[in-house]
Amino acid sequence: MKELKILAIVVFFTLVTYWLVEPFAHSQMHKHVESEGFTYKDLPALTKKGDAARGQELVMGAGACVGCHSIEAAGMPAAMDPVTNSASYGVNPPDLSNVGALYDAKFLAALIKNPAHALKVEHKFTPESGKMHPMPGFYGAGGDIDQEVADMVAYLQSIAPKVDEITPAQAFETACGRCHAVRYEKWTQIGEKPSFKKKRDELVFETKLEDYKANLTNYMGKLPPDLSMYIRSRGEHYLSTFMENPQNLLPGTAMPRVGVNAEGAEKVIEYLEDAGDPKRAERDSVGVKVMIYLLVFAAAAYLWKKEIWKDLH
Amino acid sequence: MAHFTKATSVHDWLDQRLAIDTLRRVLAKEYWIPKNINFLWAMGMVLAFTFGILLVSGIFLLMYYQPNVNLAFDSVNYTIMREVEFGWLWRHVHAVAASVVFLIIYIHMLTGIYYGSYKKGREMIWISGMLLFVAFSAEAFSGYMLPWGQMSYWAGMVITNLFSLGSLEFNGLVEWIRGDYVPGQAFLDRFFMLHVLLIPLAILALIGLHFGALRIPHVNNQDGEEIDFEEEAAKYKAGRKRESKVIAFANDFLSKDMFVVSIFLLFFFYLVFWHYGFAMDPINFDPADGLKTPPHIYPEWYFLWSYEILRPFPKDPGLIAFGFAQVIFFLLPFLDKSPNAVPASRRGIFFWWFWALVIDMIVLTAMGKLPPQGIYSTIGLVAAVAFIGLWIALPFITKMEKKV
Repeated sequence: MKELKILAIVVFFTLVTYWLVEPFAHSQMHKHVESEGFTYKDLPALTKKGDAARGQELVMGAGACVGCHSIEAAGMPAAMDPVTNSASYGVNPPDLSNVGALYDAKFLAALIKNPAHALKVEHKFTPESGKMHPMPGFYGAGGDIDQEVADMVAYLQSIAPKVDEITPAQAFETACGRCHAVRYEKWTQIGEKPSFKKKRDELVFETKLEDYKANLTNYMGKLPPDLSMYIRSRGEHYLSTFMENPQNLLPGTAMPRVGVNAEGAEKVIEYLEDAGDPKRAERDSVGVKVMIYLLVFAAAAYLWKKEIWKDLH
Repeated sequence: MAHFTKATSVHDWLDQRLAIDTLRRVLAKEYWIPKNINFLWAMGMVLAFTFGILLVSGIFLLMYYQPNVNLAFDSVNYTIMREVEFGWLWRHVHAVAASVVFLIIYIHMLTGIYYGSYKKGREMIWISGMLLFVAFSAEAFSGYMLPWGQMSYWAGMVITNLFSLGSLEFNGLVEWIRGDYVPGQAFLDRFFMLHVLLIPLAILALIGLHFGALRIPHVNNQDGEEIDFEEEAAKYKAGRKRESKVIAFANDFLSKDMFVVSIFLLFFFYLVFWHYGFAMDPINFDPADGLKTPPHIYPEWYFLWSYEILRPFPKDPGLIAFGFAQVIFFLLPFLDKSPNAVPASRRGIFFWWFWALVIDMIVLTAMGKLPPQGIYSTIGLVAAVAFIGLWIALPFITKMEKKV
């Protein structure tokens, strides 16, 4: 009984100390941002029902989306390689094959109309700065602009695979991978780094990558960080609320709002978990086995102690 | 040369050469421990176990770790965490054990203070234990440098800066310790050497000294009772085990220790698999970057109380207070002027002194982590002054203590 009382005191002071230096201290040091569930409440709802066929004409039209974006799913390969693209736009524009599934529809519509606003980077492209967002806004093709935008979104959704058919790596590539490398997954901003047989081929690749990174650095102000260990250094909650709105956590950052829907965000997080914490399933299964072993060990130790001490008191 | 006869068994062969029977008798079967103890007396064994865990996991990690500023981070976070089979397990075990070992050290220390186990011939047990505390602190700090993350780098910068000794501006000493103007390759190499060789050697030697220091004064007991070990041992050996106030180290004491160890291991491995975050600071998963200072730099939780004694004061007084905090525990046996070596509950004011110290150190620990702003820096300053005040008051309150 006395031992239990002592144990209770030890446990109490241990827990108080733990609570003070971990949950409490971190709540005081870091701003807590609640997730909005990827609802993008600041953006207007889509009021019109889109027509994918008309949307296709708009997306594919001269001077429209495919002027810069590839759509592999619709047989439209990229016109220029990533490095040339980055020289022109600062960053390689994304392929639009799966954006209909990964991105929120409201966000896509707002992005088509006014990219800097939807991406929350208007502070970077002010009139005084003299800089323009590389993607021009869509000013309408002569008809009702809201209808036209809804049509384009409907088209993008119609060509996209179902969200559960998209792999975490594909989601990451579309949403993050043109700015962020993940070296633990061999991902670079210009694609997965192949294994080279010849040193020369590798150097050619590295040179292209360096050129791309130089253009990207010029565009973003600094090279966006490698995200290999971000699941451990930032944690899931931070990453997902950061994707939702980077300005909430890092005011003034050049990083645009990502605009993914909740499923898209989950895919991205899964990719980052695979990069920075790939043994999480093994950790759980080994953990259960170790605990079972230790319970048996504790029971044996208890019986041994009882056996020995029965002669002592 | 001794006379050797033809051995009758392997045991006999070994006994003739190594005197294993004598060793077993002296170190285990007739090494007497008081019977009147509680589970806190098993913390030494828990610490020995945890040190063993640290040593074994460290050996495995050492096979893949690269002490190079360009490779260190990836050798830990990629090679060990992803490529090597169960590398993640050894790393988590090592990191969590490095943190938990300090929890047990503090419990062990406070147990010693509460029961007065640093007095009446037990001074060397206390002093060797404090030397172990210092060695473990150096081991923890040097190990923290090795993953070469942001906290490794910046903690290394801040702590080595302390050696400039404030206004004395011993910048040459700081450079000499770092081997460079800022933490770099030379810095990482020498802390690697300290972590895997020199300090572990010192720890092993100090553990030997600590165990040796226990031998003559014997382990204290729950009521501070003075036991005639020879008389009680005679009772035990005569088969009057129930009546004797002592038990044998093995298997009597050991069986109880192992039960406590088993409970500890359940707690420890729960942390390893499901609650390791407290021991692995997120900021250290960002690679070291000398151009990017993290917004909050703080040590691991077990250094926070002494860090907070440094922080609330101006530079020079802060360093003096910090130095005071580092050495004052060593002097405990001499600052405690009371003749009583009994539990604090029977020592009047000392009882309140003990709990004030515990609470003050917890407050210091919490404030050491919180940003030094507003109310937190005020609380931190008060707690730091209180810490110094408590130690200054100790000789006076113990002098006034009545003999029990």
